[in-house]
Amino acid sequence: MTETLPGAAVPNPLDQAAINAAVDQAVAAIAGASTLDELKAVRLAHTGEKSPLSLANRGIGSLPKDQKAAAGKLMGSSRGRVNKALADRTAELEAENDARILVEETVDVTAAPRRRRAGARHPLSTLQDRVADIFVGMGWEIAEGPEVESEWFNFDALNFKPDHPAREMQDTFFVEPPEAHLLMRTHTSPVQVRSMLERELPIYVLCPGKVFRTDELDATHTPVFHQFEGLAIDKKLSMADLRGTLEHFARQMFGDEAQIRLRPNYFPFTEPSAELDIFHPGAKGGPRWIEWGGCGMVNPNVLRAAGIDPDIYSGFAFGMGIERTLMFRNEVGDMRDMIEGDVRFSEHFGMEI
Amino acid sequence: MRIPLSWLREFAQVPAGATAEDVMAELVKVGFEEEAVHRPTDALRGPVVVGQVLSLVKEPQSNGKTINWCQVRVVPEGQEQTLTGKGIDPSGVQGIVCGAHNFVEGDKVVVTLPGAVLPGDFHISARKTYGHMSAGMIASVRELGIGEDHDGILVLSRIGLDPEIGTDAMELLGLYDEAAEINVTPDRGYAFSIRGAAREYAHATGTVFTDPASKVNAPAVLSGGYGVKINDDAPIYGKPGCDRFVARTVRGVDATRPTPPWMSSRLRLAGIRSISLPVDISNYVMLELGQPLHFYDQDKLSGDIVVRRAVAGEKLTTLDGKERALDAEDLLITDASGPIGVAGVMGGASTEVTDATTAVLIEAAHFEEVSIARSRRRHKLPSEASKRFERGVDWQVANIAAQRAVDLLVELAGGTADEAGTDVGTAPDPVTIALPGEYPAARIGIDFTEEQIVTSLEDLGAVLEKSDAGWTVTAPSWRNDLETKEDLSEEVARLVGYDQIPATLPVAPPGRGLTRVQQQRRRLLQALADAGLTEVLAYPFVSKAANETFGVAEEGAPRTAVKLANPISEEQGYLRTSVLPGLLEVAKRNHSRGFRDLAVFEAGLVFLPGDTLGTPSIPPLGVKPSDEVLDALYDGVPDQPLHVAAVLTGHDSPAAAGHAPRLWDWADALDIARLAGDVLGVELVVTQGRHQAFHPGRAAQLSLRSGEVVGYAGELHPKLLAAHDMPARSVALELNADALFEAAADVVVARHISTFPVATQDVALVVPQDVPADDVLAALREGAGELLEDVALFDVYAGKGIEDGKKSLAFGLRFRATDRTLTADEASEAREHAVATAAERFGAVQR
Repeated sequence: MTETLPGAAVPNPLDQAAINAAVDQAVAAIAGASTLDELKAVRLAHTGEKSPLSLANRGIGSLPKDQKAAAGKLMGSSRGRVNKALADRTAELEAENDARILVEETVDVTAAPRRRRAGARHPLSTLQDRVADIFVGMGWEIAEGPEVESEWFNFDALNFKPDHPAREMQDTFFVEPPEAHLLMRTHTSPVQVRSMLERELPIYVLCPGKVFRTDELDATHTPVFHQFEGLAIDKKLSMADLRGTLEHFARQMFGDEAQIRLRPNYFPFTEPSAELDIFHPGAKGGPRWIEWGGCGMVNPNVLRAAGIDPDIYSGFAFGMGIERTLMFRNEVGDMRDMIEGDVRFSEHFGMEI
Repeated sequence: MRIPLSWLREFAQVPAGATAEDVMAELVKVGFEEEAVHRPTDALRGPVVVGQVLSLVKEPQSNGKTINWCQVRVVPEGQEQTLTGKGIDPSGVQGIVCGAHNFVEGDKVVVTLPGAVLPGDFHISARKTYGHMSAGMIASVRELGIGEDHDGILVLSRIGLDPEIGTDAMELLGLYDEAAEINVTPDRGYAFSIRGAAREYAHATGTVFTDPASKVNAPAVLSGGYGVKINDDAPIYGKPGCDRFVARTVRGVDATRPTPPWMSSRLRLAGIRSISLPVDISNYVMLELGQPLHFYDQDKLSGDIVVRRAVAGEKLTTLDGKERALDAEDLLITDASGPIGVAGVMGGASTEVTDATTAVLIEAAHFEEVSIARSRRRHKLPSEASKRFERGVDWQVANIAAQRAVDLLVELAGGTADEAGTDVGTAPDPVTIALPGEYPAARIGIDFTEEQIVTSLEDLGAVLEKSDAGWTVTAPSWRNDLETKEDLSEEVARLVGYDQIPATLPVAPPGRGLTRVQQQRRRLLQALADAGLTEVLAYPFVSKAANETFGVAEEGAPRTAVKLANPISEEQGYLRTSVLPGLLEVAKRNHSRGFRDLAVFEAGLVFLPGDTLGTPSIPPLGVKPSDEVLDALYDGVPDQPLHVAAVLTGHDSPAAAGHAPRLWDWADALDIARLAGDVLGVELVVTQGRHQAFHPGRAAQLSLRSGEVVGYAGELHPKLLAAHDMPARSVALELNADALFEAAADVVVARHISTFPVATQDVALVVPQDVPADDVLAALREGAGELLEDVALFDVYAGKGIEDGKKSLAFGLRFRATDRTLTADEASEAREHAVATAAERFGAVQR
């Protein structure tokens, strides 16, 4: 051990027993070192310039020539053993040291701060995209149009007779002056008219967007809300095609068990017209039928307004409210949550619906 | 439309046990949505019986009131009381304290016995009051929930009744009846009647319908009655305002007789208040047959009735006592005295039937829909009559309805009908429709049998005649909505059942997917959300002041905006020209709810009217307008570009242990705006901006390379923030997203990636304080030439060592050649060129 060093007797490089004893002493000291610092001291004591083995090694030079080879061999192997022991112990202690540092660096991951805030899309926006994707997947295209619209596109082109009560039921925001015949669209149907005027036949378009009615805001009404309306114009379309399209769409939105039901209704722009109910298997409070929207076969007068011959082409149309869909699909209880802009509402949804 | 079930049962086979809910469940199948159930027994439960007041003792009280201590017989004399229960006297005579004084001994009244429950969840029990045990209540109509009259006790003789004592008064007053309320779509005016509803019920259930019109025995021809002339010299859309006027006279009427309970209870369930016997009869007939009637006091008429348009300046005092200035388009009923009614809308006060009336002239007329609709709107006079006329009334039923009213006036009011009567006008041609045999199947997708088509249409009341291609269908007179083969197809489908329609999925031609703009919009919104902002939606309604602040950069500059004619509130009477006002309101709302760290954004249309606003007229329906007319319609619609805006306030992230969040500042607003440009591949040119909504020294104007200004970003003006109760230093940005979409390159051309080593050089330049860093950077870029790969500002310094009024800008320049390894000299030379350009432009001096 260290107390035998320095000043210990210098062994003769030909004295195998003495050399072995020095080596054993060194190896024992190396094994006994418990830190890298201790090991460094051991290394200096046993392999340093003044260590017995170094001094013995130096003694080889003063030996007679015929003894040098044997002494060199003995000293070489002896010092090799010590060096190997040193290297092994160094690796061991370094590994221990590394492991200890990692342990010491342990943190409480549960106390981690949130440095980035997650943003969010508005769920109405997300739902609108989702609906659009389903129809795009069916080969339909997405059509859009202005929110302030000519009265002709919003009403007349859609076969609303000028003095018919149906026109008043739409609770329209008119633009000043009334003589300019501008209004805030009451449905996205004017986009259907624009599509028919601007596109090649056949037409398969979905028209999502914001619409406006003069309702006061309460738990179930808002003057500004969102719709998506579909329009298909082709040869030989029938109400069966309408049902098939709606059924497909309903299943994409609500799962394979979703069903739809059509009930007779009236809209100026469709004949026949139907109210659309959906059987929502996942509805809160158990599976049930829910009113979802309106639909029907495009009235020939609407086709005529767009210059399409109703004797050759027929079409169907449908429309649903996005707010309403979100309300029953995602159990939103109050319309105001969707429109007041409280960040908690959007953030709860994140990027998903 | 409310349908009393007892009334419906007269004409349709409604099962005995059926409830209003059951009836609605049937009617919804043929297109009438359920609205409500009206059932008196939901709020009123017996025992409620007829009683006779045996004795009545008036007892003055210390509080000044006088009460009546009454003995009331509720079981016929000599019979046993079969009811039992607490407070029911086995003798059949109840002692009851009553505060009302409009009855006397001997009167028959309605007694609510202990155990009864009245509307308002009012439980009747025997209780001690005014020193007596009062066991029940003598009821008023209001307490029974059948009228507003609170003058006092319902004395049965006054409504013409003398029932036996002990009779179930709820039965007597029709209180076991109930009504189903359905929504009638605007095309089905005929369903605003029991006649129409019963027919539809029969359609829905496949049962037999008895037409109430067939039960009335009206003379085929009327003549010699009151003089009536139809003289419409200004028909609307060429249609005469009145094409039939039936007038009948009933004399010797006692208008003061009570309305029998069966009639008043049905009216009440139908939602119509009982007023007087003649008025009730006219309403009853209208509800039953769908024909609005008007009754005149014939003795107040002078000379012939003339139906004509109004003359400018004419006035009429209507039944509601208001004087109304008439419009030349109003169709009037007049006599020698002038106007006596706005046709189909409201009668005049001067010829009104009163209690003193003895001779009633019944009007059953047919008025044209549009004329009535316009008068109703003009005078804001929605009435039961106008509601029906606007939607269309059966021309054929006028004479029948008049006869029904005659019969009821004779039967209930003691009148005598004049033999003579009036029936003028011309029947419209019946509507005939060619229905090709295969058309309903092609339209609906059900393979209808011939029998299904014929039976359905005949059930409606249509007459079918076989033609070469199918049928010629004559629509029933009460179905003015049936005009085309599509209408008939719907009727066949409706009667066969929409549930029979099969499902086939049509295949759209191969599509193009989302358009480029649609994709760009999604990417933009998603990028902002990914960057930590929260999307919200605000209304587009703003004040004039908001538009003038946010919608235009320069203070006081004019801002044209779209004004609404009928806004929800006058303060928010305009459409936005900037998304920021609404967004700021949303931020403020969140802030007031305790959320101090906010980053919200909205993408929405703004409304920018140009020189032309709308069109002075619009083309008719059902015809494609000419290209010129269409162009004018398109041009009249204001520009509505998509804007995206964000408001940020407070910190960028929540504070937490070991994390000090940063306050959002002007540079964040600018950074987010640039991020928006980056995700779209559009470079935004930043210059020092001036916008009245922003801090004058901390706003950036954002432009395209073309010079077009596309938005602003920076700190909001401190005064504006204070005015909105928002924290100081809140920041915002707004961009014209459509302009960005438009500016994005269609195709991105790849850039060669050089793998030769990079040579970096830093340079610090001292320039005057007011020189924008971005301009210096641009000068460096230009001066360095094509070897420059990138340049970035990495430090701005002013203070010690820098002359006052100047600042030091430190840039890192990165050079690389595409074809060789640059030498240090080449890089230095390029740097010197860069510095020289900056020196030349801005007097920049290298530090």
